[in-house]
Amino acid sequence: MTILLDVKGLKAGYGPVEVVHGLDFTVEDGGVTALLGANGAGKTTILRALCGMIRREGSLLFEGRDLCPMTTEEIVRRGIAHVPDGRGTFTGLTVSENLTLGAYVRRDKAAIADDLAEIFALFPRLKERLFQQAGTLSGGEQQMLAIARALMLRPRLLLLDEPSFGLAPLVVKDIFATLREINAKRKVSLLIVEQNARAALDLADHAVLIETGTVALAGPASLVSADDAVRRAYLGY
Amino acid sequence: MTAFLNQCFSGLAMGGIFAILALSLVMIFQATALLNFAQGEMAMASTYLAWQLIQHGVPYWLAFVLTVILSFAAGVLIERLIIRRFASAPVLTVVIVFIALVFIIDSMVGWIFGYQLQEFPSPFPEHNWFNNPLVSSHQSGILLVTLVVMSVVWAFFRFTTLGLAMRAAAQNPASSRLVGIKVGWMLALGWGLAAAIGAIAGMMAAPIVYLDPSMMSSLLLYGFAGAVLGGINNPWGAVLGGLLVGVSVNLVGAYLVGTQLQLAVALTMIIGILLVRPSGLFGHTIVTRV
Repeated sequence: MTILLDVKGLKAGYGPVEVVHGLDFTVEDGGVTALLGANGAGKTTILRALCGMIRREGSLLFEGRDLCPMTTEEIVRRGIAHVPDGRGTFTGLTVSENLTLGAYVRRDKAAIADDLAEIFALFPRLKERLFQQAGTLSGGEQQMLAIARALMLRPRLLLLDEPSFGLAPLVVKDIFATLREINAKRKVSLLIVEQNARAALDLADHAVLIETGTVALAGPASLVSADDAVRRAYLGY
Repeated sequence: MTAFLNQCFSGLAMGGIFAILALSLVMIFQATALLNFAQGEMAMASTYLAWQLIQHGVPYWLAFVLTVILSFAAGVLIERLIIRRFASAPVLTVVIVFIALVFIIDSMVGWIFGYQLQEFPSPFPEHNWFNNPLVSSHQSGILLVTLVVMSVVWAFFRFTTLGLAMRAAAQNPASSRLVGIKVGWMLALGWGLAAAIGAIAGMMAAPIVYLDPSMMSSLLLYGFAGAVLGGINNPWGAVLGGLLVGVSVNLVGAYLVGTQLQLAVALTMIIGILLVRPSGLFGHTIVTRV
């Protein structure tokens, strides 16, 4: 498999505080990499750094091109969609407007319409609520909208920050099933940050354990979840 | 009765000007949560530009369009060159920058054009339309222009992707960047639109209040009153607020307190609204489920 995203020596932080201290990891083309670790390990910071939302340095090769000198808007145009923590939906806008904005950088009108139809097949609830203000949706629906909005970019790589956060177990199951479908059918590679290690390892082919801004362990997801010591120490189940 | 209706219509016409000004204030407030105190002076400078063009023999409507376009460009430039540098500065600093802009624009215009009153032409005929006894053609013209400006702005924000992107950038800059919107440019566009809309208000007001560097200072206060009354976060509320302020100030001035106290009435309205209903008559509160 070819490597889609190759991160080497990533350092990132907020103001003078460095949170991520030289990380290496990869996402394979068509693959799913899970970033796992305790609160405050720096997982969210890694995703923000990839998208250029915060100060960062290192080599971030995406399809052979370094993302480091690019602005967030340019990175989005390269085909990286980010579902941030807290979902980042436009709560004051309608569901339909949120989806339109997801395709903001695209000019291929016909393909956008096709994608919209596919997204309604994936998330029928969103079609029912098309002209409702996004802020009035339930938590699960908002998470669906956030993912749908990201898919409207027709991304190569989808970054997901805690898609299970604050959702009921059944809804989480739904969301992860959908993510699996997105990965398999739409060939979108995923980089997923999760507290819910079991769900994430189930979905991922690669796992990276982060401990205070460094990689503690990395490898195939099946090996990581099979290692009892690692599971107890890092994943808590 | 005719006199009363006359007062209503002239109030409505002035209200149209306040409404356009209020709309330009809301434009920047929605994006930055700041009231641009220099909006009036920017409009005044635009009006001088139009006046200069007309003096040089440019036909009125061509001068009008040119002024709107150039004001838009000037608004974008002011944001890019000055305001942007204070993006992360404390609110008070930005307010001081706005006030500085007021005096800089005011004295520059005074230096170039002088401080004497100038006549500014109205594009509308001198006799009343359809020979009606109630409302002059300039007054009805103002209302017409207000309606057109409102509809164009509404359609822009409602139906164009750029308008949607501007609304998104105002509500949630971080998420906007994540869908590829250049948020900084959206702010600059907002300033450009506000300046263009303000220019229209200036050109509509000048035939009534005459052209001089301080022509907009009291008008802007009425515009503030309109925006606060209608709801500073709601463009249509602001327009309605502007019209309401126009009519009520005119009626109160004509029948109750006299014209000298009109501005005081408007300011009392601001204080009253802020006390009783701070979000304004039509200010919206978004329902959110967490």
